[in-house]
Amino acid sequence: MIAEQLDGTRIAITGSTGFVGTALVERLLRSVPGCSLVLLIRGGKRGAPERARREIFKNDAFDRLKEELRETAEPFDAMLERRVITVNGDVSTDGLGLSEADRAIFASCDVIIHSAAAVAFDSPLDTAVEINLLGPTRVAQTLNDMNVTPHLVAVSTCYVAGNRRGNAPEELVSEGPFDLGLNWRKEVAAARRLRSDTEAASRLPEQLREFRSDARKELGAAGAPALASKTEHIREKWCTDQLVEAGRARAASIGWPDAYAYTKALGEQALMETKGNVPVSIVRPSIIESALAEPRPGWIRGFRMAEPVIISYARGLLTQFPGVPEGTVDVIPVDIVVAAIIAVAAMGPEHAPRITQVASGGINPLKYKTLVDNVRTWFTEHPLYDAEGQPIVVPEWQFPARGKVQQQLKRAKTVVTRTERALQALPLRGTQATWAAKLEERKHDIERAYEYVQLYGLYTECEAIYQVDNLMKVWDSLPATDQAAFNCDPRSVDWPKYVTTIHLPSVVAHARVKSTPGKNRNDRADRLRRNVLSPERHVAAFDLENTLISSNVVESFSFLATRRLNMPERMRYVLRTLAQAPGLSSMDRKDRADFLRYFYRRYEDAPVAQIDEDSKDLLTQLIITKSFPAGMRRVREHRALGHRTVLITGALDFAVAGLKPLFDEIVAAEMTVRPDGTYSGELAKVPPTGETRAQVLADYCKAEGFLLEECVAYADSTSDLPLLECVGFPVAVNPETRLAAIARKRGWLVEEWEKAPGGPRPLLPIGTMLSERERKRTFVGSAPRSRF
Amino acid sequence: MPRPGFVLEVDRNTPPIMFWRGEGFSLEKLPAGRSRVIYAPEPEKALDDIDGAIRHALLNPYDHDPLPALMFPGMKLTIAFDDVSLPLPPMRRPDIRQRVIEAVLDIAADAGVDDVHIIAALALHRRMTEAELRHAVGDRVYDAFAPHGLLYQHDAEDPDALEYLGATPQGEDVEINKRAANSDLLVYVNINLVAMDGGWKSTATGLSSYKSLQHHHNPKTMEASRSFMDQHKSELHKSNWRMGKVLVDSGVKVFQIETTMNTDTFPKPFDFLSKREWEWNAKDRASFIGVSAALKRTPNRMARNIFHGIEAPHQMTSVQAGEVGAVHKVTTENVYRQQLVEVQGQTDILTMGIPYICPYNVNSIMNPILVMCMGLGYLFNMYRGMPLVREGGVVIMTHPTPIEFNPVHHPSYIDFFEQVLSETTDPYVMSQKYEKSFAEDEWYKHLYRTGHAYHGVHPFYMWYWGSHGMQHCSRVIIVGGDVKAVRRLGFTPASTMDDAFEIASDVVGRTPTISHLHAPPLMVCDVK
Repeated sequence: MIAEQLDGTRIAITGSTGFVGTALVERLLRSVPGCSLVLLIRGGKRGAPERARREIFKNDAFDRLKEELRETAEPFDAMLERRVITVNGDVSTDGLGLSEADRAIFASCDVIIHSAAAVAFDSPLDTAVEINLLGPTRVAQTLNDMNVTPHLVAVSTCYVAGNRRGNAPEELVSEGPFDLGLNWRKEVAAARRLRSDTEAASRLPEQLREFRSDARKELGAAGAPALASKTEHIREKWCTDQLVEAGRARAASIGWPDAYAYTKALGEQALMETKGNVPVSIVRPSIIESALAEPRPGWIRGFRMAEPVIISYARGLLTQFPGVPEGTVDVIPVDIVVAAIIAVAAMGPEHAPRITQVASGGINPLKYKTLVDNVRTWFTEHPLYDAEGQPIVVPEWQFPARGKVQQQLKRAKTVVTRTERALQALPLRGTQATWAAKLEERKHDIERAYEYVQLYGLYTECEAIYQVDNLMKVWDSLPATDQAAFNCDPRSVDWPKYVTTIHLPSVVAHARVKSTPGKNRNDRADRLRRNVLSPERHVAAFDLENTLISSNVVESFSFLATRRLNMPERMRYVLRTLAQAPGLSSMDRKDRADFLRYFYRRYEDAPVAQIDEDSKDLLTQLIITKSFPAGMRRVREHRALGHRTVLITGALDFAVAGLKPLFDEIVAAEMTVRPDGTYSGELAKVPPTGETRAQVLADYCKAEGFLLEECVAYADSTSDLPLLECVGFPVAVNPETRLAAIARKRGWLVEEWEKAPGGPRPLLPIGTMLSERERKRTFVGSAPRSRF
Repeated sequence: MPRPGFVLEVDRNTPPIMFWRGEGFSLEKLPAGRSRVIYAPEPEKALDDIDGAIRHALLNPYDHDPLPALMFPGMKLTIAFDDVSLPLPPMRRPDIRQRVIEAVLDIAADAGVDDVHIIAALALHRRMTEAELRHAVGDRVYDAFAPHGLLYQHDAEDPDALEYLGATPQGEDVEINKRAANSDLLVYVNINLVAMDGGWKSTATGLSSYKSLQHHHNPKTMEASRSFMDQHKSELHKSNWRMGKVLVDSGVKVFQIETTMNTDTFPKPFDFLSKREWEWNAKDRASFIGVSAALKRTPNRMARNIFHGIEAPHQMTSVQAGEVGAVHKVTTENVYRQQLVEVQGQTDILTMGIPYICPYNVNSIMNPILVMCMGLGYLFNMYRGMPLVREGGVVIMTHPTPIEFNPVHHPSYIDFFEQVLSETTDPYVMSQKYEKSFAEDEWYKHLYRTGHAYHGVHPFYMWYWGSHGMQHCSRVIIVGGDVKAVRRLGFTPASTMDDAFEIASDVVGRTPTISHLHAPPLMVCDVK
């Protein structure tokens, strides 16, 4: 009896936050009540126990166990307290990064189940090598160092057999007929070298220039810190991409579908070489999919290999998929894998087979055509819906060659990318910008589908049939009660039933796709808006231009400068300004602060008294005329809720003075005044733009004792990114394309505010004509009719 | 001799009738045999010697000493005048107010009075622009007074410029402009376009504050004013008269100058708008077709500018001065003489074309709330005796009702439309729940005081104007109105007049009787 054999044992598990790991923890806790667990988890920022709580025990896999324990003397949390120890550890460092105390705990284990792996198809080569290749060896090494010999059960994959046709028996690749005689130590050294070479290459001046220019393209004038962080991010991404590509190329060159299978294969070899006295059993599942029955039918964690492809197909993104209809898709439900691992562990090192493959292909194959037909039928009956609430019709599957599908996706991507670039070059705002952001999402979808097709295609090409003789031996050795409690028989899966009643419903539920008809109600925006307008918030910070009003500093200058001009002078002014417009706007795009400094020099010699007098009309004639009433309303809603309201703008203080009653604090640009009562045209301090805005708000909060996490910020462009990023509740107002994309990705509230419908639309931002007498009025420090 | 008002019984030979639709119009065929169209009396002849008449009125006032006898050197003189909401459309220069004010200033100058303030009595209306002030008082007066800060606008939110004078026996607070209250003489220059204007409403409303206004500008008083055009049956007026008594008792000396106008409303080429359809000649028909076709191709904004550019040829028909009550009695008679039309009995349906203008959107936009106010607040109340439509009947208006607002003039209207009307259209509920927060909003106050915005509470007052109409009718239909806007107002949208009759048939059956109020030009129906 498995439960009895494992009674009183202490079992260590690596990779418990993964798909198999979580299922394993759940199953052991529920079905082997006598065992205790040691979970080796990479601590990260939060620390191992917190990660275990959040990422393992909060998972819905434990719902069943929690329910079962509810009525008992020992509820779930108490049971965890008694039976589970979490230790900080990392299989990608030598000695597993264990503290002394944790080493002792680890040494006291009877069974070690090593299921940690870099399973992502896009793992960089060095990561895959460190985790998949060296991970098992490090575990064995640590045990050897401590002179203990628990039973090490290493989880590998069937695909270590590589791209081959025909039977793949349960033996080490290095002992089989197709061995290339690879030296795993050399592979490790090469991968590490590649990492340092790539890092070095990424720091070459021409590369850095490119990264910087890409960052600027994405963010615009967001200020130096934001740009620097983005550039570094792009550089890191570039390195990763290089190493992913290197992994793929290396794997393909020596006959494995991808870096995962290749590093796993060498990992087995390395483990066998270095295990010393530690008894090792290897369990090799094939493609693991949602649970057949335990803890509940359809349970799945993460969005895995086949699911994105299926969803892409159901969403109409993928009309074709490579593969031969009579080919086998080797899929195995997660609970069968978990049961097999536990059974192997329970048999002990003496009796357990050295290698156990858990696969369906050799004994109960799922034909590709069966899968495809079932998927199509199911989605015809249960279609997904597009944003308009219309059902998406799934196409007939053609089984074309792989190249054709990739070509199709590539073409789609090219079209979308070009459209996107064209849109980003346009000065779009609001709804159109949101549309462009949607396009970017679509590009992302296509890219993902493309990568999955690339990868999954490789797997479908792999026509190996995995033998399960050892698994069957394990199965036959189990008594009937264990066979009932720990089903590890691949023959028990009825594929059509599994696909249509268990797997697909679970995939759809996980995929966050629209599976009900009718238009989307914008629940998300409502929820976000409620958060923003919650009494708990402290401060609401607003940008001015294009956030509260659709105007800019050039317009307010034009208004003030033309106020006292006669008609011909006005016309000359307008023509001159129009001629300068392209230069000004390009300067503004490069650096806002520089632009403001340059532009405000035009106020040089302007008499303060005249500006003050004329600014009075600015509120009515320019600001209110061009304001977004919903924005003004929002400011007042914040005030009514007791929030402090702050206006942070690069506009000059006198131009926004009329907005004082709306704000507790106005932070604006200020010009120095000369003794003769005229403006100098020079700013008194750095104008609040870009990252300065974030600093201004942070300083304000600190001085007034507020928390940035409880602040709301409203802004319209990526140059305000630092401000938006520093608060807990960012709101993108009428965002330009790039900000719309960012807001969408990060789930920020997006508001579309418009000018009052039907309101006056002055053609040119020039002041209304004054009477002759008023026009000729003189002010201290100015010649009559000063145009400054 | 101008022809009196006229009620046309529609028969098979009656041509289609013109309906206003904002900045446009349409011709509608009304059902024969059960419809009637009410036309205003033709414009009376204007006074020949206007300046002479003004001087005569100032020297021969009712129940009051002549104006020169009231002036003495060193006195404080304040002249208050009606704001931009009167007259409609704005009149051609020179404005009546300019003529009267100049006459008063002449007398003051002769008497050696040098402490003179001129105040626009705008209550909670928007401040007038320089151009509007110049139009009303004339360049000469403006340039002589405005630069010295002696010509300015009443500020109902400036605590230092208001004086509390006490309360009426009913507990109504009386608070008016401090300068006006403390002057040795307050001369009020009025334009009486309709019977509702003038009297104690000039000072007690035009120069007062929210504190005072809320006592009569509320749903209860408004609903009990049957109608505003009949002073003796209007609670609004009774309250103003009680406040007037407080003014007199506290020593405020008012010399009221009231003027009346004829109904010569539209200049060429729009003069056909005042004519009776069957009397249209070939030129009128051509004008109608031409103007309609042109308007259809004109963008809204431009059409609005064209109409708001109209200056009416209407002119003064009478002027009288003296003690408020005595003067107003004569004024009302003069207004009725021009505007009263005798109508027999009520009908099931009242139809009205809503024009592009009402008192609150001069040089601005007729937003949905003002459409409601113009229909149910003003045109519905153009009666004496009883309403034109029976209780439980239906009002059908024609107007495009676009969701358009002037953000400078009507900022609180936008929020009223979005926040209040989306929740309730009941005047009582909104007055309880929202009025205070709008009235006391700092931002609205700021815009009212420094910009050209109506006071925050003003949209509520507009809504209250309609309370009597809303309570009286069982359904209101707007033909050609923006569906979303009309529903928000709590009314029913209809695409054509026939559809509107069809919708109304739920309430009034298939063969209802119909009255069409052919206004403007304005008239008051004496319903017997």
